[in-house]
Amino acid sequence: MTWRAAKVVAVRDETATARTLALVVRDWPGHVAGQHVDVRLTAPDGYSAVRSYSIASAPTSDGRIGITVERLANGEVSPYLTQEVMVGDELELRGPIGGWFVWRSDQMEAIQLVAGGSGIVPLMAMIRSRRSAGSSAPFRLVYSVREPERVFYRDELRAVSNQGDSAVITYAYTRVTPKDWPRPAGRIDAALIATGTWPSTLRPTSYVCGPTSFVEHATDFLIAAGHDRERIRTERFGATGERK
Amino acid sequence: MNASMNYLDGNAAGGELSRIFAVDITSAEGQCANCGAKRRFAEAHLYSHCPGLVARCPLCGHVLLRLVNVGQRVLLDLTGMRYLTLHPTLQPEASH
Repeated sequence: MTWRAAKVVAVRDETATARTLALVVRDWPGHVAGQHVDVRLTAPDGYSAVRSYSIASAPTSDGRIGITVERLANGEVSPYLTQEVMVGDELELRGPIGGWFVWRSDQMEAIQLVAGGSGIVPLMAMIRSRRSAGSSAPFRLVYSVREPERVFYRDELRAVSNQGDSAVITYAYTRVTPKDWPRPAGRIDAALIATGTWPSTLRPTSYVCGPTSFVEHATDFLIAAGHDRERIRTERFGATGERK
Repeated sequence: MNASMNYLDGNAAGGELSRIFAVDITSAEGQCANCGAKRRFAEAHLYSHCPGLVARCPLCGHVLLRLVNVGQRVLLDLTGMRYLTLHPTLQPEASH
């Protein structure tokens, strides 16, 4: 797989620390929801850094993709992508990558999505892909996030959850909740998994994405609730590096 | 940070491995040479903060793959896997 030129065609802030970059990628072969790309930045002295970012957008045939980047305080790449990149700039990009943590629009079974923080990004691609493909596969999403201001794609998720046949969304706020929120701030637990996820008897396919410790906890809760480990797909990203 | 949580998944090695293999390795099924577990390579635990990449069996921790870039050369050790079952027709690009 070779590096391709990708031009930034739009930027949009999702939160105070996260930005979506819309990119047009030269000779882009198309992607499947859940895949990621590697982005390479090269300094004038030749030093280069590569980081992985999940694709946030549904598959299209026009060579256009979106990635959402969370700025990390000590990051080498994310501060540049979230603060300095401008429309018209070019990046080097390799992808699409990964054929396992993907949702294809011909999957008809129930789908359970579980996101921790910016782990929402590849799951959002699945939600968008479901819609653009006209799929009626039943989706549920549990989205664990520090506080309401950290929610990505807030308006779009609200619209999705307001449509009768669409994804059911359960939020778990870990530090600060909205006013009058019934559940106190805290990490996901067995009770939240029980109310926010499909019963294991439906045999859903689950996609869990977030920081490594979140993925471990969420997966353990799903298994404790009777879900088959073979039907749980995970994508972890680290706290030491950048996105993945 | 807890060292035991300091890993990613085999997914994250997909880009590096795409430099070498024509088909997607992350969706290939491999068998651990130590415990015999059969898992997708995407499910391996990946340690990427060392020089190069190390993938370990998610069940027993046995080293499945080591990949190190040395100048213009790539050193690849796959002795930790008995085999890999690849799916050349399941390429994401071809399915689109």
